[in-house]
Amino acid sequence: MEINKNVNESGSMVDMLINMGPQHPSTHGVFRLVLQLDGELIVDAEPHIGYLHRGSEKLCEAESYSQVVTLFDRLDYVANLNGELAFCMAAEKLLELEIPDRAWYIRTILCELNRIASHMLFYGVYGLDAGAMTPVLYGFRERERIQSLFEQVTGARMMHNYIRIGGVKEDLPSGFENKLYSVIDELDAAIEECDELLTQNEAFLARTKNVSRLPIEDAVNFGVTGPILRSTGLIEDVRISEPYGIYDRFDFGIPIGNTGDCWDRYYVRMQEMRESLSIIKQAMKQIEPGEIQAKMRRIVRPPEGECFVRTESPRGDLGVFLVSDGSQNPYRVKVRAPSFANLQAIKHMLEGVYVADAVVILGSLDIVLGEVDR
Amino acid sequence: MEGTEHKNIVLSEVNQKLLELLPSILNEPDVEYGTKIDEVVLNVPSNLIHPICKTLHLNTELFFDYLRCLSVVDYKDILEINYHLFSYTKRHKMVLKCELNPKKPVISSVSNIWKAANWFERESHDLFGVVFKDHPSLDRLLLPDDFEGNPGLKSYPLHEYKEW
Amino acid sequence: MSWQNLVFYVLGAVGLIIFLSLTVMVLTWIERKFLARIQQRMGPMRVGPHGLLQPIADVIKLISKEDILPSWADKPIYWIAPLAIFVPAIAIWVTIPFSETLVLQNLDLGLFYIAAISVLSVLGLVMAGWGSANKYSMLGGLRAVGQLISYEIPFIMAILGVAMLSQSLSLIDIINDQSKIANIIVQPIGFLIFLAAGLAELGRTPFDIHHAESEVVGGPFVEYSGAHWAIIQLAEYVNTFAIAALIAVMFLGGWSWPSMPFSGIPHHLLSVIWFLIKIYAVILLIFWIRGTYPRLRIDQLMSFGWKVLVPVSFINIVFTGFVRFYNLHWSILTVLSLITIGSIFYLIYKTPQQSRGENSIRIVPSKEAASRPPENYGDVNVR
Repeated sequence: MEINKNVNESGSMVDMLINMGPQHPSTHGVFRLVLQLDGELIVDAEPHIGYLHRGSEKLCEAESYSQVVTLFDRLDYVANLNGELAFCMAAEKLLELEIPDRAWYIRTILCELNRIASHMLFYGVYGLDAGAMTPVLYGFRERERIQSLFEQVTGARMMHNYIRIGGVKEDLPSGFENKLYSVIDELDAAIEECDELLTQNEAFLARTKNVSRLPIEDAVNFGVTGPILRSTGLIEDVRISEPYGIYDRFDFGIPIGNTGDCWDRYYVRMQEMRESLSIIKQAMKQIEPGEIQAKMRRIVRPPEGECFVRTESPRGDLGVFLVSDGSQNPYRVKVRAPSFANLQAIKHMLEGVYVADAVVILGSLDIVLGEVDR
Repeated sequence: MEGTEHKNIVLSEVNQKLLELLPSILNEPDVEYGTKIDEVVLNVPSNLIHPICKTLHLNTELFFDYLRCLSVVDYKDILEINYHLFSYTKRHKMVLKCELNPKKPVISSVSNIWKAANWFERESHDLFGVVFKDHPSLDRLLLPDDFEGNPGLKSYPLHEYKEW
Repeated sequence: MSWQNLVFYVLGAVGLIIFLSLTVMVLTWIERKFLARIQQRMGPMRVGPHGLLQPIADVIKLISKEDILPSWADKPIYWIAPLAIFVPAIAIWVTIPFSETLVLQNLDLGLFYIAAISVLSVLGLVMAGWGSANKYSMLGGLRAVGQLISYEIPFIMAILGVAMLSQSLSLIDIINDQSKIANIIVQPIGFLIFLAAGLAELGRTPFDIHHAESEVVGGPFVEYSGAHWAIIQLAEYVNTFAIAALIAVMFLGGWSWPSMPFSGIPHHLLSVIWFLIKIYAVILLIFWIRGTYPRLRIDQLMSFGWKVLVPVSFINIVFTGFVRFYNLHWSILTVLSLITIGSIFYLIYKTPQQSRGENSIRIVPSKEAASRPPENYGDVNVR
């Protein structure tokens, strides 16, 4: 980056360079954005990432397959189970394991719950980004319900290590069904409540409507995925375009936006929560007792080969590229992190908008820095 | 590295069609066509990567509009670059593989075809030292600017502790 | 000036400052509790019963904290800025009456004095923004000035409307004039304009643009800490209290409406209580808005100020003048105002940019989406 961009030919300052982050309340982690400002308008933006780089991909090469799952918990630390699922699916694809139905149902239910929890967090912090105080507490309250449910199932609130290669760690606890149904009822009401609080708020509409409209071509070319891509109007969801697991057994809707502005991105996520709830309800009707773990050797040693799996995480297309050399440890793991690709587009989105919009746009991308930096 | 035969997962219909379609469209003698589990795999010489990507991107029947992932695998004697492609409208997918000399890993950038490649290439440059020609700004992305070495490579030491 | 007067003023000023400081402590507690109830949490609970002593703990903490001076700061400006914010905030209170006699100095040009003094605190914000040598502070300070330009004219126009009704700029006259009917009923437009402009002047949600936490991280106050920060906070709350008091004086009829059947000392006592109840009601309204609304962008505030508030405030004055000139009954002004408000809300509601967005999201069933890939989008040749 050129430092002296803001000096014109005669040597006088024309624009102001301002560092947004890595310590700024609304960068959602340690993300640094160098903004070149002309008054309140952004002339140029340069994103800098890597403050949370832990070398997870390299670390995977030193751990055995079952240990790697814990590393995937810590990538997208808001939707941990979705991360675990992606890696386990990759290993299972190489191992050619047949996963029992019950295990798939448990995985699906928990992953969809995790999607709701993640979107609830988005709802809260997005309100905060737009300047509203209250949504964040409502969002966290709902997320808390889901997390305490997770705690009963997996034993942990965030870093679960519950989805294992070949199935899940253990069966659902007794009484889970009742608790889940009560949580579903609460969530049903809560989503409505959250919707009423923010969605049609005049000031919120003013802040998000028609802000940073992303054309469908740009979105595709930037590799933007997930709710942001759907908000532009493209019908794409890994769960239907390349169905994995048991998603082809459910009827659910895919919310598709129209303009690709910040409000659409927000509302696509709100609708996705409702659809996830419907998936969970259908799964609870279909689930039957049975095995939860595939028959396999204790030590995971996939044959030589490589595979790429794709899953739909709350943030978008989460892919895992796994290369095995036949040993206990993966030879190479590459995570195709949705936040990473989504964040690329921010430079393009931020040109010519206001500083206040920059915060809203960054919030609408819903990045998790753990996943961006890996 | 050839994997064992997979019994359960096979090439889906659209990808089968893609495999039949590719040779006639690309029309390059140096490209090897193959499959791996459920994906079409193309082995491309490094000097052809840009024209081939351009064709894949623009051809209306292939229409690979989405670069899903760009990754580098260090096989010690070669560096292999994988381009995972997907088409939203056709719903087929493929992998482009390109082998590079680890002593002098240079390849032309595809970031002017897919803007998504920009950061993926910077990351590969950062961690593996691959040089992408014609990349708009090939700086370090994840690591600090003054970092020395390419930690993604197998030759880079991982950590000291031993498993107990 | 006799020495009795001097003693009265000095004692009065000291008493006022003590009263306001205590009020601010109460206000911080109320704000935290009230917001907490909106957000379904408890708020401060630890210090004293229901956290009643929390403000005292806060004060002790703030005073004992280190005062940090950024090394690049413009020292004199940096240290003077909190005072430049604080002094106008207190000075407003010189002329605000609590009852007919309980006032430091009733001025004939009271409203004019308030309008003039209240602008000065923006100077303090700019000084703080500049003196901190921080780009976020600078942005915040400049935002405060930008805000000032857009709300100050409707602010003064709303005051003018009230002055036209009661034919006086003295606050006590204005209150006494409302003994029959309060101005909020006569002039609802004026009330709404003054409330909006007042919120902008206070920098409270939805107009907390100059110290927006998610954007400029606290704006001009970013670098302040300890006692100086406490003084700035004190000024903010005193201003909030002042705006609420002005609304109570100008639109809610102060202590005189509805009129009380008492006289003598009970009357005075009840006046003060009645007045305070009205002030606190307005303050709760302000806090309620804070708990519900997101923040507007600076250009949206400006366009709101210039395109909505300024024209409407002129309409208000024209209507008031019309009714005053022909000596019509006050209810005609009410009807005219309500019609204007209705048509404005209708226009805002109908603006295409703000149109309701539910139609823009459609739900595609998964089975349908799975069988039918998206059609070709965009032009391949262009890409």
